[in-house]
Amino acid sequence: MEPECGAAELGRWLEAALKSRRGANVVFDILGVLQSDQEDDVLSAIHTCSRLFGALLERRELFVGHLPAEEAAMAGSGDALRKYKVWMRHRYNSCCNSLSELLGHRSFKVKELALCTLMKFVQLEGEYPLEKSKWEGNYLFPRGLLLSVVEGLIPTEGDSSLLISRFQEYLEHDDVRYHTMQAVVDLVARVTDTHQQGVPSTFWNNTFTLVSSVSLPRQQSDISNFYVKHKEMLEKWKVTQLKEHKHVFEKMWFSFLKHKLPVNLYKKVLVIMHDSILPHMSQPSLMIDFLTKAYDIGGAISLLALNGLFILIHQHNLEYPDFYRKLYSLLDPSVFHVKYRARFFHLADLFLSSSHLPAYLVAAFAKRLCRLSLTAPPEALLMVIPFICNLLRRHPACKALIHRPSVEASDMTADPYDMEEEDPAKSHALESCLWELKALQRHYHPEVAKAAMAINQALSPHEVSIAQLLELSPYEIFEKDFKKEGSGPVPLEFLQPQGLLGRRGDLAMEHFALD
Amino acid sequence: MGKARGKALGGKGLGSQARSQKAKPSANPNPFEVKINRQKFQILGRKTRHDVGLPGISRAKAIKKRTQTLLKEYKERDKSNVFTDKRFGEYNTKISPEEKMMKRFALERQRNNEKKSIYNLNEDEELTHYGQSLADIEKFNDIVDSDSDTEERGMLSAELTASHFGGGGGLLRKKTSEPGEEEEKPKSRKELIEELIAKSKQEKRERQIQRENALELTEKLDSDWKEIQSLLSHKTPKWEKKDKEEKPKPDAYDMMVRELGFEMKAQPSNRMKTEEELAKEEQARLKKLEADRLRRMLGKEDDENTKKPKHMSADDLNDGFILNKDDRHLLSYKDGKMNQEIDDPNEEEQAQEGGEEDSEREEDEEPETEDSQESDAPDSHSDLESDGDSEQEEIVHENKNKKPVQAPEKNTNDAKQKAVFEAARSELPYTFTAPDSYEELKSLLSGKSAEQQLVVIERIQKCNHPSLAVGNKAKLEKLFGFLLEYIGDLATKTPPDLKTVDKLIVQLYNLCQMFPEFASSSVKFVLRDVVHEMEEMIEIKGRASFPGLDVLIYLKITGILFPTSDFWHPVVTPALVCMSQILTKCPVTSLQDVVKGLFVCCLFLEYVSLSQRFVPELINFLAGVLHIATPNKDTQGYTLVHPFKPLGRNSELLLVSSKDDMDTWPKRGLPLSRVNTLKESSETETNHVRLSCVSVCLNLIKRCLTMYSTLPSFPEIMKPIRVLLTKHVPECGYPRELQELCQSILQEMENQDKNYQPLVCEKSKPVPLKLFTPKVVKVLEFGRKQGSSKEEQERKRLIHKHKREFKGAVREIRKDNQFLARMQLTEIMERDSERKRKVKQLFGSLATQEGEWKALKRKKFKK
Repeated sequence: MEPECGAAELGRWLEAALKSRRGANVVFDILGVLQSDQEDDVLSAIHTCSRLFGALLERRELFVGHLPAEEAAMAGSGDALRKYKVWMRHRYNSCCNSLSELLGHRSFKVKELALCTLMKFVQLEGEYPLEKSKWEGNYLFPRGLLLSVVEGLIPTEGDSSLLISRFQEYLEHDDVRYHTMQAVVDLVARVTDTHQQGVPSTFWNNTFTLVSSVSLPRQQSDISNFYVKHKEMLEKWKVTQLKEHKHVFEKMWFSFLKHKLPVNLYKKVLVIMHDSILPHMSQPSLMIDFLTKAYDIGGAISLLALNGLFILIHQHNLEYPDFYRKLYSLLDPSVFHVKYRARFFHLADLFLSSSHLPAYLVAAFAKRLCRLSLTAPPEALLMVIPFICNLLRRHPACKALIHRPSVEASDMTADPYDMEEEDPAKSHALESCLWELKALQRHYHPEVAKAAMAINQALSPHEVSIAQLLELSPYEIFEKDFKKEGSGPVPLEFLQPQGLLGRRGDLAMEHFALD
Repeated sequence: MGKARGKALGGKGLGSQARSQKAKPSANPNPFEVKINRQKFQILGRKTRHDVGLPGISRAKAIKKRTQTLLKEYKERDKSNVFTDKRFGEYNTKISPEEKMMKRFALERQRNNEKKSIYNLNEDEELTHYGQSLADIEKFNDIVDSDSDTEERGMLSAELTASHFGGGGGLLRKKTSEPGEEEEKPKSRKELIEELIAKSKQEKRERQIQRENALELTEKLDSDWKEIQSLLSHKTPKWEKKDKEEKPKPDAYDMMVRELGFEMKAQPSNRMKTEEELAKEEQARLKKLEADRLRRMLGKEDDENTKKPKHMSADDLNDGFILNKDDRHLLSYKDGKMNQEIDDPNEEEQAQEGGEEDSEREEDEEPETEDSQESDAPDSHSDLESDGDSEQEEIVHENKNKKPVQAPEKNTNDAKQKAVFEAARSELPYTFTAPDSYEELKSLLSGKSAEQQLVVIERIQKCNHPSLAVGNKAKLEKLFGFLLEYIGDLATKTPPDLKTVDKLIVQLYNLCQMFPEFASSSVKFVLRDVVHEMEEMIEIKGRASFPGLDVLIYLKITGILFPTSDFWHPVVTPALVCMSQILTKCPVTSLQDVVKGLFVCCLFLEYVSLSQRFVPELINFLAGVLHIATPNKDTQGYTLVHPFKPLGRNSELLLVSSKDDMDTWPKRGLPLSRVNTLKESSETETNHVRLSCVSVCLNLIKRCLTMYSTLPSFPEIMKPIRVLLTKHVPECGYPRELQELCQSILQEMENQDKNYQPLVCEKSKPVPLKLFTPKVVKVLEFGRKQGSSKEEQERKRLIHKHKREFKGAVREIRKDNQFLARMQLTEIMERDSERKRKVKQLFGSLATQEGEWKALKRKKFKK
């Protein structure tokens, strides 16, 4: 096979193959070019294949029905046309195989083109099915072909997120989505069976990318966008029912989640849990086990599970014992430093917004947050101080934390609050005071100090919205200070320096040397 | 337009008139002529102007007015000739009748005085003598007679004929006007004339005297002026010299007196100040600056001070003593106790001993406050205010102790430096142009020693001082930016050239003092770049790495150039945020990270050393450093925060690997310049650096302790450190020095007062009861409230007024028309009745004629 066969050569072959059945043997040459090392050659070969088999499918020149083995079909001296069709169908299959292999090609262009071609075949096969319909109104979809596409999309090694994002446009179509979900279920089962000793994490990552990009329509009436156009879509076809879609969606997620996943993937799942998984499930309560387990793990994962749990509690009547105790135990110093801080405090605000909570509980939360704020960075402090103040506003009984005029307990020797106690009821928070806020009044950042000053006066009755403070980043704080214009001239240091370290016999001078 | 208003007023006048009439018993108006406008509601405070109307009277008045104006106009509508009354002042009411008559008379005479015709020779001018007509005198008429008799007798006198037949009216008038005078003056005429003459003479004399006086005065003034002038200017004008000769020579004594009078008196000037006073002044300046700094630290931006123009009292001696309110320390509450500033006694102490240590004060002042805490730390930690005085004495001692130690060392250094400087000075050209770009500056400075570079910068500054040329300010501002960049470059070099940076700081400081605005903005932008870079790194990688040495140097410089104790400062606050980010976002992965982190901690402490502010990141980081210096990780009893993880690759970074190195460890400062090359050093050296890090960390912790001991939840803040120090650090087997340090820290922690006072809100002002005072709203037009702006109100008022005036005018025109129609009707009626009458008359006459004719006819017939 000559490597320098260009687009012209391929075009001639294509013409020959399409013109008469006699020239069909050039198909071997075309398929051979698919294996070429040259990227351009491969690209043009894919194009040629696409046109060739597209035309053949449209002409119905491929064998329909259960495909007999090639040798057996050729051996018999039967109908020449049938032989040709069977032979061509075999070529088509090998073309599809090599195309799905090309999905793992190193060049993205090739991958993308192969994907598009395969999807084109899927469409044409759907229109001109290669299977015989067994009964009237039998719904036929090239599942096998789609399975091979999905397999190419989630390889066990290499990141395929780019290809998946390309595939997303096909996922818009309801039938493709439906069958993709089914294919994922099959595939995950198959891969986990073959890799007994452990599935590589890249597979799970790729699977997650694909699975998370599936989004179901909200209403039954939205299901009208089909990739394979049928003359009439029958009601009884599963692919037209949203219920079935939800069912498969659920199955897909469970088949994914029942395996042991890398930790960061759990986080990712939990991040999208509340708005793209739970609403599309037919039975969201099935997630209870998963979420409660995740909530028990602790740390960032617990914080993330909180959101899904909230939806279950709020909309699906989940009774969760010791919920607040758990929430209380979630509060540790890292809560101010994790990425999901905004989300956690948004939810915590929701949970603590009820005015029916007992005062001891709210006081324990407030005190604990205060204690933690002693290690918090300024951006978190700017959010958590109003948060605490809001808690005190909602529960007037807790105002004792900042205002305790009684004289008899005037000199305590230690803070009565017990930080180690896990039960908020036994933490003695109500007997304590928020001395931490007092300390924060001397925080180096002026805004924080000002916010902490709020407890000096009686709190105003109106709550402060913390919504816009939740996402505050240190960079924003810096920018704010950067842009703030001072009134009057910039104050300057009035002591003349002697050198870099030498001015005051200062700290840096004591502990550091220039050379 | 004005009519309606006038009418309204008139109406009001009428009303009031009516009211006053009512009051009078005599004016008893017909009750049928009074119309009372009944009001639907009684409104308090509203003045009713139209409660009673007298339609009859007002109508009569209006009709009268119309007959006088409108009717007249109507009647003259077809007439083009105008009757003008040329009598003088006939319609001028301002002139009284007497005056009017006088004027008229004067005019008459004037008219008659003009000769009617120059050719009429007969009509002579009347000749008079002493105001008397010669003709009269010639006639020797007894005027009394003529006066009394002529007309009575019916005689035609000359005057009479003249007056009646073309004679001068004036003559007659004269005659008639004169008699009054003549009645009494015949005898006094002479006297009168004499009097007149005397008077005029006197006047003349007076005028003369006046003129003489004036002359004299001007002469005197001139002479005075010349004298002054001679004194004022050394060069006497030429003309004056001549004058002088003419004048009599002034008396020597006078001259002396005058000279003394005008001698320039020596202005009282400030006397030369002694060293002490100069020092005191300097002290006062520093004190003022310090007070300023304190004010800013407390965050009380006293805007009144800066914005209000300074009030100068009339009694102000202008000696610079101003009772500045801001110097007064306001009462503030801290930790529930009254907080008084202790700085004042401190400075007074200094003022006493000041003077001899001018050069050192700058170094000394700052440490004092820091030292004070250190010194007072062991004895009692109760309150700042209580032992303020005792501290001061210690400080003085300490200072005195310090001085001899530092001085000789410094002298030798100075001498050496001076020599080097001199050498550098001599080698370099004396003028430099200010660089326009960073590259230019770089090429100027490259290949020169630190001293030479310093001299170059200094000379650039001097050659381009803003007072020398217009564009120099911008040039030097640019120079500041370039220098900053250059310093960054020096710090990133391998090995970093920190010595030069050290030298350049002074220049940078001076430039900063010259251009605070530009300096602050350029430092700000440098910091922004740093933060931006970190932010980008976090976004891409999820975590940032510790910034380079240049950033640390920049942060240090920020602390040098700007006051770090301000509550809010445009440069320092962002720098603090930047440092906080370095400490929280950058995971510690290597020994150099630890060194950098500790340096940032150090800077943090320096920044807040005066203001004593709380820095959570600092405590976190120090605890983290201790954590990575200790081996056991099983039971912790403390929690670490973000950049540090309890377990992992770098969790034993500072663990010293061999016991031998512990003993050989020499205590010395961490080398900043080798921060980037720590990795390549040997194991022993690495261990030494580790120990140094731990030592620095412990020292910083100690500093934190003294600084934060007054914070309300101090034990909670320090808890992780305490746990680490008690449980984990002793197991490391550190050198004795470090262990002692640990012990002293723990001791100090134990000594802290653990007094928790319950929090109490400040009492809020009692909310005043709601009072039902009416809301006062300005009412411009009656019954109409305007809540809008002034212009809007004015507009509305004008619109309203226009509407009313318009209505009034329409009504008035309508009434005019009615009146005219009525007049026309009466005219027609009159004309008709006249016609009827005339027709009747004609008929009558015709009838009589006919009758007569018939009677005649009958008569004839009878005949």
